[in-house]
Amino acid sequence: MAAQRKWQLWRIGVFLAALAPLALWSWQVAHNAAGPEPGRYLLLNIGLGGLWMLLLTLSLTPLTKLTRWKGFALIRRQLGLWTLAYATLHLLSYALFILGLDWAMLGSELVKRPYIVVGMLALIGLTALGATSNRWSMRRLGKRWKLLHKLSYPILGLILLHFFWGVRADLGEWFLYATAAALIMATRLPPVARRLPRLRQRLIST
Amino acid sequence: MLIKIAKPSDLRESDVTPESVYLSRRRFMGGMAGLGAGLALSGRAKASADYSDVPNGDAPAWLQGKIDASRRRAIVPDDPEKDAIAPFGDASGYNNFYEFGTGKSDPARHADGLETQPWSVVIDGEVNNGGRFNLEDFASPSRFEERIYRLRCVEAWSMVIPWLGISLADVIKRAEPTSKARYVRFETLVDPEQMPGQRSSFSLIDWPYVEGLRLDEAMHPLTLLALGMYGRELPNQNGAPLRLVVPWKYGFKSIKSIVRISLVEEQPVNSWQRIAAEEYGFYANVNPQVDHPRWSQATERRLPNSLFNPNTIDTRMFNGYADEVAEMYAGMDLRKHF
Repeated sequence: MAAQRKWQLWRIGVFLAALAPLALWSWQVAHNAAGPEPGRYLLLNIGLGGLWMLLLTLSLTPLTKLTRWKGFALIRRQLGLWTLAYATLHLLSYALFILGLDWAMLGSELVKRPYIVVGMLALIGLTALGATSNRWSMRRLGKRWKLLHKLSYPILGLILLHFFWGVRADLGEWFLYATAAALIMATRLPPVARRLPRLRQRLIST
Repeated sequence: MLIKIAKPSDLRESDVTPESVYLSRRRFMGGMAGLGAGLALSGRAKASADYSDVPNGDAPAWLQGKIDASRRRAIVPDDPEKDAIAPFGDASGYNNFYEFGTGKSDPARHADGLETQPWSVVIDGEVNNGGRFNLEDFASPSRFEERIYRLRCVEAWSMVIPWLGISLADVIKRAEPTSKARYVRFETLVDPEQMPGQRSSFSLIDWPYVEGLRLDEAMHPLTLLALGMYGRELPNQNGAPLRLVVPWKYGFKSIKSIVRISLVEEQPVNSWQRIAAEEYGFYANVNPQVDHPRWSQATERRLPNSLFNPNTIDTRMFNGYADEVAEMYAGMDLRKHF
């Protein structure tokens, strides 16, 4: 019982932590601390927040292998759904705050601008993953569920491409995220993945 | 001999906003700077009297003198209601000045330490009267003018800003261009010690930042070399101590913290064109019909805006200065020469 409560608190803590940036940015907008273009401020921050969420989600498997701590696996679905939530809010911010709900403009921009198309594809992928993030789908899909959820890897690639295309003059920040993504993906290469538990043994013995 | 032809941008008595209307707008614009700064300023220069919410600058005496003696409201928008001046806090807190970082608030954060006194400007190339001038000698022969211009960024946002400065044409005339001079090339300071953006290994810009104008564009009476704004000297993040303002072109043409002005024969390659020639041309005239490949230029967000009102307005040809400048581009395919 005590253990269960502990995990419950952990989950709630993660939930609040993932919510905190949204609360902070909203507070800044409400208090005129988000600059002269608050919509764009939200758009960019939420977009970057979504990338953070996906990177965190994808770090959980290697972290579990490295530490065998149960807590990481327990928040995987939650962080995955947060990724979808941030991505959805990112699109909503664009439609609402940048385009002012000009649907005709939204339609033409979605088709005309390759980086928006790429972002849209990533969001569609995330939606598919979100819709199947439940026990019923896991049972129904069986082995195919795992395969389906490997879509998160190409989605990460699409998001980085979307980000890359938006960069105008300095790739420094993008490069940091791309490096983090590359490291996280590298832990899934079989030779690296095999070594993670052994690395753990060595970390414990020292 | 000087023949004066009245341009639509010339000041008429009827263009002047009544002071009461103007002051009420200033009040509405909200206390970015606080009352304290306003009170401290009120005993000072006449030029800053209209901008009581603007924090005090630190101008050298000669520059303050030029600002105080400036011709106020030499050029104002046709519709001062629609083109209301942006709050100083927004104009000085939301900048693209990649020498200080790529974020909109990076320049305001990092430009503080830029040493702008003393400052010298080199005029060279196809001129008879070139050389290195200290800023005071460079700017002093002309009377300062205050000009309220729309600034349209290539990123589809815009602000209205009251600049203070001198006509670039005056400077070029004094330099006595030779018959070979066809373009003007400008360079921003390179100083990685002071400019953190220039230390980035991932920057796509090949410093120095370079811009250019055709000679007739440079000589156009609307083209301004600004040393101040909002009744004071330029804040560093806005391109102190000397920047270009070309109101009918996208903002990136209005190069900041200028150290070199060269009269040249060949069309210069400006920095953005060098990075992405398919996205940014040499002319970069504001044109709602020619989209940036990544976004539409048909409309712009007039800043400051609010969350649920993006304040989107139609972008005007040549940023609304077509009457004055369109003839310079007569017969040109503006889709090709974007």
